[in-house]
Amino acid sequence: MQQTANGCGFAPWQDPNEEPLIRFEGVTKKFGEFTAVDRLDVDIFKGEFFALLGPSGCGKTTLMRMLAGFEKPTEGRILLDGRDIGPVPPNKRAVNMMFQSYALFPHLSVAENIAFGLKRSDMPKTEIPGRVDEMLGLVQLREFAGRKPHQISGGQRQRVALARALAKAPKLLLLDEPLGALDKKLRQQTQFELVDIQEKTGTTFVIVTHDQEEAMTVATRVAVMDHGRLIQVDTPDRIYEMPNSVYVADFIGDVNLIEGNVASTEGERVEISWAEGQPLIVGSSASPLAAGTRCSFAIRPEKVAISAERPPDAVNAISGNIHDIAYLGNISTYHVRLDTGHIVKAQTANSRRIGRRDFTWEDAVWLSFTDTAGIVLTG
Amino acid sequence: MNLRRLILIAIPYLWLLLFFLIPFGIVLKISLSETAIAIPPYTPTLDLSAGWQGFTAYLSELDFDNFSFLAEDDLYWKAFLSSLTISVVSTLLTLAVGFPIAYGMANAPEEWRPSLMVLVILPFWTSFLIRVYAWMGILSQGGLLNQFLIWTGLIDTPLTILNTNTAVYIGIVYTYLPFMVLPIYATLEKLDNSLLEAAEDLGCSRIQAFWLVTAPLSRPGVIAGCFLVFIPVLGEFVIPSLLGGSGTLMIGKVLWEEFFTNRDWPVASAVAVVLLLILIIPITLFQRNQQAQREADE
Ligand SMILES: Nc1ncnc2c1ncn2[C@@H]1O[C@H](COP(=O)(O)OP(=O)(O)O)[C@@H](O)[C@H]1O
Ligand SMILES: [Mg+2]
Repeated sequence: MQQTANGCGFAPWQDPNEEPLIRFEGVTKKFGEFTAVDRLDVDIFKGEFFALLGPSGCGKTTLMRMLAGFEKPTEGRILLDGRDIGPVPPNKRAVNMMFQSYALFPHLSVAENIAFGLKRSDMPKTEIPGRVDEMLGLVQLREFAGRKPHQISGGQRQRVALARALAKAPKLLLLDEPLGALDKKLRQQTQFELVDIQEKTGTTFVIVTHDQEEAMTVATRVAVMDHGRLIQVDTPDRIYEMPNSVYVADFIGDVNLIEGNVASTEGERVEISWAEGQPLIVGSSASPLAAGTRCSFAIRPEKVAISAERPPDAVNAISGNIHDIAYLGNISTYHVRLDTGHIVKAQTANSRRIGRRDFTWEDAVWLSFTDTAGIVLTG
Repeated sequence: MNLRRLILIAIPYLWLLLFFLIPFGIVLKISLSETAIAIPPYTPTLDLSAGWQGFTAYLSELDFDNFSFLAEDDLYWKAFLSSLTISVVSTLLTLAVGFPIAYGMANAPEEWRPSLMVLVILPFWTSFLIRVYAWMGILSQGGLLNQFLIWTGLIDTPLTILNTNTAVYIGIVYTYLPFMVLPIYATLEKLDNSLLEAAEDLGCSRIQAFWLVTAPLSRPGVIAGCFLVFIPVLGEFVIPSLLGGSGTLMIGKVLWEEFFTNRDWPVASAVAVVLLLILIIPITLFQRNQQAQREADE
């Protein structure tokens, strides 16, 4: 799922000498008694495509509005290029926002919408048409320059909003659920366009989304938020493979969670006792754990193999019966009921036609996985 | 099914026929007649017993004399012109007072807005005449306003306000304010606040955002409000007769006097017909504005 810009060594957050473009220092935002953003610390670097992911109401929009200048932090500071931007009003910040509702000016044409910010900047009048044309080209809307916002489609409006926000070449572009109003197919296509435009312009993007797939597709780093706090900030693959808590594991993608106790540890290898009379599960943990600690074993359905016979060399193998099958076209998910009553999901790719499927309801099967396939979480 | 549709379509047209076209036809007919000392006070009157012959004789007696009279006597031209001036000026004054009120209402906390709306409509709950009489009490030489100004020491001799054009303007602005405030409020309230934030985000100050976003987007409401004030004010006669003086010339007042003081129904009807013709222009423009707004809303 990773695209080129993020894959090949772009990791300024790992470089201790790198100065962040944005730094949140203990930022708290309260509305009356209600804390919308709670003691938040995070660095965002130049050229990043930073995704804020979390359930509705967790404070994502509030965070963006503080960056844009529409809300002031109750406590803490926000630094842009090392300078506190607290006292800077929105119209003086080198930050532009693409609004959740697009907020296109209905009385202005597409071109006039894009030119709006440029006319308020110190760009010479003669250069504005050229810049507008450049932006129209970037979002492929040249033929629609003269149309009013209500005369174009939802996807086109979204691109106008993007062009308008990018026209002033801001240091930081904020996108609040930019693709929320688009249907799935258009959304996926637009995600790649966004990444493309971000690479072309080199602008730092902070994007808000509640769609985890979207965050994984576009972002260099994903921040998972809950109740105004950042639970984990990491690259998409690490968020998926190495969630730091049950909350993150459960929020991103599909996961099987089995509760138990740490029986023994050996380096990263952890053995978990989880049910009477069942073999210990062997998993791994990033942090050292004491024996007896209460924990959850988390494993993704696609890392669980399903077979009719017990695989001879499997580290972990558990038997059960097929309880349900969800056929999703390209993949099938088997819901397997263990003898203990747990339901564990196992996913396989459907490379063969459905009529030749190996298993059917109530078949006795074996589930197996390696010792590094699942991770042990305590949070 | 088709009959039902026909009836549905017919009802408004019937309404228009009964309450607009027929009365207008009668007024138009009277305007083409001549005054007479009779009941009704004009000739000819249609005598159906004489049959077709009577009808053609009747038609041949109608002429445009009253209209040429209106054109010759400059009282009427002056009254029309002065009515237009007073209407335009008082519409602008009402806009100047009404826009800030509507703006304040639209920006008030959501839970206050219904109460503010009631406050704007509240004066309608008492009789219009009583309210105009109240203004006479306030504006007269010994009235509340003069008493107050003398008490504060701003003036020592009472101002003459009642029976001047100033009093007429005050009366009109006061009476027609709700017609200006409500349509403007309706457009401002619909205005998406994120548009203003977007304008600020793109580099506008608050004041620039007002002129570049709020003002153009409230235009349909402003236009609707202006027409709703301008159209009835043009024919207004109660306010100029009660608050205005001998120098206040308005066509509504002239029309009233022709009808009831001079009992010259034909000339009064001619004035009414001309007034209607003058009003057709702003009414058509108003309709077009409403149409355009409805299309923009879709
Ligand atoms: N202006 C405000 N006044 C009071 N509460 C607010 C205000 N703005 C946001 N909130 C509250 O803060 C919380 C976070 O909101 P928001 O940042 O919009 O969430 P998200 O964008 O993640 O859905 C919500 O519970 C919301 O009700
Ligand atoms: Mg939001």
